[in-house]
Amino acid sequence: MSLEKITTISGRGVHVPGNDIDTDRIIPARFMKCVTFDGLGEYLFHDVRKNADGSAKQHPLNDPRFQGATILLSGANFGCGSSREHAPQALQKHGFRAVIAESYAEIFFGNCTTLGMPCLGASRADVQKVAAAVAANPAVEITIDLGRSEIRFAGQAIRAVIRDSAREALINGRWDAIGDLLEGVGDVKRVAAGLPYLTV
Amino acid sequence: MSKSLFQKVWETHTVRTLANGQTQLLIGTHLIHEVTSPQAFGMLRDLGLTVLMPHRTFATVDHIVPTDQVSEPYADPLADAMIKALRRSCREHGITFFDRATGKQGIVHIVGPEQGITQPGTTIACGDSHTSTHGAFGAIAFGIGTTQIRDVLATQTMALNQLKVRRINVTGRLRPGVYAKDVILHLIRTLGVNGGTGYAYEYGGEVFDRFSMEERMTVCNMSIEGGARAGYVNPDETTFAYLRGRPYAPAGAGWDVAVARWKSFASDPGCAYDDTVTIRGEEIPPTVTWGINPGQGVAITETIPDPAKATAADEKASIEEALAYMKLSPGAPIKGTRIDVAFLGSCTNGRLSDFQEVAKYLKGRHVAPGVKAIAVPGSQGVGVLCASLGIDRVFRDAGFEWREAGCSMCLAMNPDKLVGDQLCASSSNRNFKGRQGSPTGRTFLMSPLMVAAAAVTGRVADAREVFGVSPG
Ligand code: SF4
Repeated sequence: MSLEKITTISGRGVHVPGNDIDTDRIIPARFMKCVTFDGLGEYLFHDVRKNADGSAKQHPLNDPRFQGATILLSGANFGCGSSREHAPQALQKHGFRAVIAESYAEIFFGNCTTLGMPCLGASRADVQKVAAAVAANPAVEITIDLGRSEIRFAGQAIRAVIRDSAREALINGRWDAIGDLLEGVGDVKRVAAGLPYLTV
Repeated sequence: MSKSLFQKVWETHTVRTLANGQTQLLIGTHLIHEVTSPQAFGMLRDLGLTVLMPHRTFATVDHIVPTDQVSEPYADPLADAMIKALRRSCREHGITFFDRATGKQGIVHIVGPEQGITQPGTTIACGDSHTSTHGAFGAIAFGIGTTQIRDVLATQTMALNQLKVRRINVTGRLRPGVYAKDVILHLIRTLGVNGGTGYAYEYGGEVFDRFSMEERMTVCNMSIEGGARAGYVNPDETTFAYLRGRPYAPAGAGWDVAVARWKSFASDPGCAYDDTVTIRGEEIPPTVTWGINPGQGVAITETIPDPAKATAADEKASIEEALAYMKLSPGAPIKGTRIDVAFLGSCTNGRLSDFQEVAKYLKGRHVAPGVKAIAVPGSQGVGVLCASLGIDRVFRDAGFEWREAGCSMCLAMNPDKLVGDQLCASSSNRNFKGRQGSPTGRTFLMSPLMVAAAAVTGRVADAREVFGVSPG
C-alpha cells in the first residue's frame, strides 16, 4: 500500500485552549450514530460551539478570523477519555491536518497517527508562542517539519516532540499499519500455534 | 530472569518488530460492538480484505440498544440501522454474535468475562476504552480505534508500543462502606488523570488479593480514566474459581492444563517494575467526583475545592472551569448537594454483586420524591440472576425503574439521557461535560451504595450514615 510520506505540513492555526479536553467534548456521543465517518466534521466540538437552539457560541472555531485553519493548538492531555476514532475523524473531516499540544492521551495519539494526522508535543511556553503569533496574525503560516522535529512560524522556531515510531511511520509513508501487518500474517500463524486458547 | 505478567504476555504474543520500531502483537481475543465496528467492516470491504480468524471475534450490542424496548425495530431508526449492520457483518463473516435473542447480550466488558472468553495470559482488544476491564483476569486488554479494529479483523494483530509497568499496591483492608469504586476513584485522584500515560497498571496487595473478580473488574475498568493504557491483576485461585464452568472456559482434562498455564503468567516474585506506588487501604474514603474529569474527586466528608486555594495556575483554571460547568460553590460540603437522577449500572458497576450489595440496604427504603432512579443490569445474564434472587423486586419496590441490559445512561447514545442541567449520581465511569446526554448535564461518580444513598435522600449523602453501615 503506498501512502503519502508526511514530512512537512503547513497551514494556518487555531488555538483551542484548555487541558484534559476529552473525546466526548471533541465529538459528543450522540453524533456517533453513523455507519460511516463522512459527516462528522460538522459536529466537531459541537456542544461547546453551539447553543441548544443551534446558534453559535463564542468559540475559536466559530471565529471568522480562524476559518480555514488546518493546525489545531491545545493544552495538556488532549484527547483523553473514550477511544472513539470519531474524534480524530471529526478533526480531519473538519479540515485539520495536524495537532500541536502539550501532551496527548495515548489512544487518541495512536488513532490520529493511523489517519496520517500528526500530533506534535511542545512545551507549554512554546505552544503559547505559536498561539500568540496566531492571535496577533491569524494568517501566519505554521510549518511543521517532522524531519527536523521543529515547528516554524512568524520567523520563530520551536522544538516539536513526537514518539519515534510515529515519526518514522509518518515520514516513511507507513502511518496506516495495515500494509506492514498484512506482511506479517505468515508469522501470525506460527505465533498462534503456540497459544492454545486460539484453537478453541 | 523474573518477569512481570505484562512482559510474559507481550513476549508470547509478539509476531515481529515493525520497521518503525513498534511491535506487531497478536490479539487473541477481539470483542466488538455496534458503535465502533460498522466503519471497520466498511474499510475491510474497501480494501478487499476478509476476517482472518472469525472464531476469535465476539460481538454484542450495548451502547445504542434501548433499555426500555425489547422488540425491533427500535424507535430510533439510526440505532436500529447500526444494530442491523452489525448483525449482517457478523453473519457475513461468521462471527459469534451475542444478540438479544441469545440471552447472552450485554455490555461487552461484562459479557466477555461472563462467558469465560476473558482468560488469563491472553491479549484482548475492543473498540472501546474500557477494555482495560478484562485485565482483572490477568489479560492484557487494549481499547482501540476503528482503524485498529480493521487491523485486528484482517490480521488478528495490531501495531503497538511497549508499555512500562507501574505496580500499585493497596495494603491492609478497606473500611466498611468503602468499595472497589472508591479505590479507583481515590487512585485517580491521587495519581492524576494522565498519571498513567505510557503505563500498564498492575494492581496488587492484600486488598486485591481479597477482592472478588467483580471488584477487580471495577478497578481495572477505570485504569483508562487514570491515563493508563491497560490495567491488570495477576491471576489466582479467585480468578480460576470464577472461570470454572463458564461456557468458553476450558473443560474436562483441559481445565488443569489451562490453570497450570494461567498460573505461569503471573508476575514472578521480585520482578522489576518501572514504578511502584503503595496506598493503605484504611486510608481510602468513600469518594465522590464533583468536577468534569474523574480525577476531580473528594472524600464524602470533604468540601468542594476552592480555586483561590489552588497552588498551581493550571489547577486554579481547571477548578474554575469545573465549578462553572457544575454550578457548584467552592468550599461547600459535597454532602447535601441536591441530585435529580440516580443511575446504577454500566461496565464499571453493573454486575450482580453491585446490585446485590445495594439491595441489602435498599429494602424498606424509597427513592426521594422528585428523583428519577434507574437500575440497569450490565447484561441479560446479570438481569436473570438478579431476578432469580428477587433483587429486581427490591429495586422496583424502592421506586427504581428496572431496565433491560445495556450501557444506558453511561453515555448518550440511547434514549436514557439527562435533561437540561440535571445532576446525576452515577455508578458509571465518566463525568465529562455532556457525557450523559445533555450538553449541560452534570455527573457525580460514586460507588453503587453511594448512588443508592443519594437516590433515597435526594442529595449526595454518606451511605454509611444513611444505611447505618457500622464504622470499622
Ligand atoms: S457502560 Fe459506558 S463506559 Fe462502559 S462500555 Fe458502555 S458506554 Fe462505555
